[in-house]
Amino acid sequence: MPEILRRTKPLSVNPLKASATLGASLAFLGLRRAMPLMHGSQGCTAFGKVFFVRHFREPIPLQTTAMDHVATVMSADENVVEALSTLCAKSAPDLIGLATTGLAETQGSDVQRLIRRFRSEYPQFARVAVVPVATPDFSGSLETGFAAAVEATLATLLPHTRRAGLRARQVNVLANASLTPGDLEAIRAWCEAFGLAPVILPDLGDSLDGHLVEAGHTPLTLGGTPVEDIATMGESAATLVIGASVERAADLLRERSGVPDHRFDHLMGLDACDRFTATLAAIAGVPVPAGVERARAQLQDALVDAHFMTGFLRVAVAAEADLLAGMQGLLAGCGAEIVSAVCPTAAPVLRRLPLARIHVGDLQDLEREARAHAAQLVIGSAHAVQGAARLGLPILRAGFPVYDRLGAGARAWVGYRAARDALFEIANLILEHHHGPAPYRSFLREPEPARAQAHTGVVVRH
Amino acid sequence: MKAAELAALQNEPACAHNGKPEKAGCARPKPGATAGGCVFDGAQIALLPIADVAHIVHGPIGCSGSSWDNRGAHSSGPALYRIGMTTDLTEQDIIMGRGERRLFHAIRQAIEEFAPAAVFVYATCVTAVIGDDLAAVCKAASAQWGVPVVPVDAAGFYGNKNLGNRIAGETLLRHVIGTREPAPAPPHPAGVRVHDVSLIGEYNIAGEFWHVAPLFDELGLRILGTLSGDARFAEIQTLHRAEASMVVCAKALLNVARGLQQRHGVPFFEGSFYGVADTSAALRGFAALIGDADLTARTEALIAREEAAADAALAPWRARLKGRRALLYTGGVKSWSIVSALQDLGMTVVASGTRKSTHEDKARIRELMGEDARLIDDGTPTALLGAYHALGADVLIAGGRNLYTALKARIPFLDINQEREFGYAGYRGIAELARQLALTMESPVWEAVRRPPPWAARDTSAHAGAAHA
Repeated sequence: MPEILRRTKPLSVNPLKASATLGASLAFLGLRRAMPLMHGSQGCTAFGKVFFVRHFREPIPLQTTAMDHVATVMSADENVVEALSTLCAKSAPDLIGLATTGLAETQGSDVQRLIRRFRSEYPQFARVAVVPVATPDFSGSLETGFAAAVEATLATLLPHTRRAGLRARQVNVLANASLTPGDLEAIRAWCEAFGLAPVILPDLGDSLDGHLVEAGHTPLTLGGTPVEDIATMGESAATLVIGASVERAADLLRERSGVPDHRFDHLMGLDACDRFTATLAAIAGVPVPAGVERARAQLQDALVDAHFMTGFLRVAVAAEADLLAGMQGLLAGCGAEIVSAVCPTAAPVLRRLPLARIHVGDLQDLEREARAHAAQLVIGSAHAVQGAARLGLPILRAGFPVYDRLGAGARAWVGYRAARDALFEIANLILEHHHGPAPYRSFLREPEPARAQAHTGVVVRH
Repeated sequence: MKAAELAALQNEPACAHNGKPEKAGCARPKPGATAGGCVFDGAQIALLPIADVAHIVHGPIGCSGSSWDNRGAHSSGPALYRIGMTTDLTEQDIIMGRGERRLFHAIRQAIEEFAPAAVFVYATCVTAVIGDDLAAVCKAASAQWGVPVVPVDAAGFYGNKNLGNRIAGETLLRHVIGTREPAPAPPHPAGVRVHDVSLIGEYNIAGEFWHVAPLFDELGLRILGTLSGDARFAEIQTLHRAEASMVVCAKALLNVARGLQQRHGVPFFEGSFYGVADTSAALRGFAALIGDADLTARTEALIAREEAAADAALAPWRARLKGRRALLYTGGVKSWSIVSALQDLGMTVVASGTRKSTHEDKARIRELMGEDARLIDDGTPTALLGAYHALGADVLIAGGRNLYTALKARIPFLDINQEREFGYAGYRGIAELARQLALTMESPVWEAVRRPPPWAARDTSAHAGAAHA
C-alpha cells in the first residue's frame, strides 16, 4: 500500500485538479438530448465551456443559473426555476443535469426543493427529466463530480425492480471520467464482438466523438445514452463497472435492480484486457472471437518489441485516480515503473496501487518529484507540458485537458489495440529522446578544419 | 579490381586464418544458404563513419537505397556521412555508357553543395561489370576541383563483408594515410608528455567510445585518428605518425595495422573495449608499446581507479545477473571480447557463435570458456533457438538480424551489432550492458506473452469434455 502524502503547502501551483462541477457537466454531456446546467455564477459555466470546447474541439451545450450579486445575497431560487423553465421552453431537452457549484452550496441552495417547485409550477414540462447533483468545487475533483452525476442519474431515473436478466443480451457499462469517447467506442465494439448490446452510462462515445451531422448546430447534446434506455438498465444481464470512482453508482444500480456486476479498476494493459474479455465470454456464453484473439496477440508482439524502450523506464504520472490506476497497469505490464505519482484527490483506489508513494497535489509537485526520482517520461495533461519541458523530458498527453493537440477525445486507451498504440507511442517518445553518451571532443584533437581550407589541401595519390 | 589484386588482399600475413586450408573467415558463399553482407557493404561499414566525407555510391539504387544512414556510428561534429549520395544509375545510363559522366558530375554536385573534406566513391557490382573506370574519373575530378576524391573499388560480388573491410583499409593505405603531417600536439594541461596513437576498427557505435575517450586524454594519448568512428578525413591522413595502434574487434582491418607497421614502423596490438578486463588490457597495451615509464605508471593508477569505480557501479547488477546464462551469436572478435565482458558480470556464456571467427578467435574463446566451450557455426534461426533451449540459456545476444527471431520465439534478447542504440564500451559502457541485460531478462513481458489467456483453460476443458461425450 502506497504512502498517500496529503497536500501540505498553502499554494497550489499549476493545478492538476479540475472541479467536480465540471466533471458532473461532462457526465451529463454523455446523455442524449441533454443540457448540463450549472447552478452558480455565469463564469463557472463560461470557463467550463471553454475547457471542454478546447479539449474536444466540439460545441459544448452548457448553461448557467447565472447567479448575480442580488441572487447570491437574497436568494437564487428564482434563478433555478427560471433556468429550468427557460431551457425546457427553448430547447425541449430530454434531460437537464443540474450541477451545483461552490457558490450555490455555500449559499445553501436546496435544489431538491426547487425542482419540486418547478414541477408544480410547470407541469407542462413533466416529461423533461431533471437530475440534481451536489458538486461544489470545494470538494472532490472532476472524477468525483462525474461519478456523482452518474449516481444521481441512476437515482433519478432507475426504478426499483427485480427483472435482472430479462434482456439476456443487454449489459450495462458504468463509465468513469477518464474514459474518452474513443475508449467508449472500443468498449462498445468489444461487447458487440460477443453478441452483447451495451447500455453505456454515460456514453460520451456517442455524443462527443466528433462527427458532422445534417442538422448542423443543435442546442443539446448530439448523442449519448438515450434517457429511456436508463430505465431498462435494471433488466440487463450484467453490469460492467469500469473505474473505482463509479463504485457508489454501481452499488446503487445493483441495490435497485439486482443486476449482478463485474468491477474493473481499469481496462489498460494486457492483464486488465484479458479479465474483461474473459468476463464478456462468460456473460455471453460464447468463445472469444478470433478478432479479439488477434488483437491480443498483436499486443503481445508489441509488448515484446517495445520492451527494450519501456523496460526499467522511470515514469512520472499526474492523473486522476482511475487514469493513474490504468497507467499503473499498462506501465507495470511492460516493465516500466511509476517513480512519481500525483493525483488531485485521495481516492480510495490509490491505496490498492503497488506504488511506494502518491502525492495528492499539483503539477509543481509532479515536477519536483519527477526531478527527485530521475523520471525519464512524464504522463499528464497539456498543463504538464511546460513542466516536462523544464525537466527536458518527453511527455505523453493523457487526462484533462489536452488543448494543444487534436484527437484527445478520439484517442483510446482501453483494450488491446489501444494498449498497443500507447506502447508504441511511449517507445517512440523514448527513442526520440534517447541520447547515448554526450558527444566528447578530445582537447588534444586538431581543430575541425574550416571547410573552405579543406578544399585547398592535398590531392590524394592516384 | 584484378584477380591478382583480390588474391593479394585475401593473403593477410597478420591474420590467423592465413594459409589455413579451410580459410574459415574467407570461405566462399554457398548459393541458397548464405547470410551476411557483400564487399560493398564491408567497405562502406569501414569507411562511412568518416564524418566530413561525401560518400557517393556509384551504381543503381539497390546498393545505396537500402543501406544509407543505417549504421549506429556517431559523430561529435560534421554529419555529412549521414547524407545518402548515389549516382542512382538508370537503364539508359548503363546501356549508353553514361555512368562515368554521371559520376563525374555527381562528384561536382557533392563538392558544390556539401563542401566535403574529401569524396569517397564506391564501385558497385553493376558499375564494375560495365567497366566504369572509377580510378580515372576520381583522378580527373580531384584535379578539376582540388578536393581529394578517393575511388573505393568494392563491387559486391568480389566477396564477403570481411574482404570489403580489407579493401577499404587498403584504399586508405594507398590513397589517404600519409598524405598529411599532423600538427604538433598541444601541451597537456597536466604537463605530461603526449603520445600519438590510433585506433583501427573502432566505430563509436551509439557514441560508446565517448565513454572511453576521456581516459585517453587524461593519459596524454592523442588519438591521431580512428578507423573510423567519429573520424575526420584530415585525421586519417596522419595515421602514419602514430606511435602505436590498436586493432579493435576487427580482424578484417589487420591489413591496415600491418601496412602501418611495414611502411611506417607503427607497432600494433589487438584488443577490445568491451568489459572491464579488456578495457584495462587495451590501455596497458598502449603503454607497453610506447614504453614510457611515466605513462605506464599513470596508466596503472588510472586503471586501479576506474576498475574500483566500475566494480562499485556493477555490484548491484552483478548480484542480479550472477549465474544467468547467455547464448552469444555474433561475428569475429566479438565472439570472445563479449564473452569476457559477460564473465565480468558473473554470467555464464553457454555457447558462442563462431561463423565469422578466426582460428585465433576460437582459441581465445576456449581460453575464456574452457576446453568444452560450445561453439556454434550454424546461425540459422532454427539452430540458434534449438541451442538456446537445449543449453538452458536466459538471453540471446546477437546482431539485429536475429532480433525478431528471438522476439517471435518469446526469448530475451540483446542487440550487440552496429545498428544498436546503446553503447557498451569501456568502464562505463559495461554498466549499460549490464542494465540492458537485466532489462530484457527481468522484463514482465516474457511471462505475459508465454502465459495462455485466462479463457484458454476453460476452452481446453470444454473441448476435452466434448471429446469425452
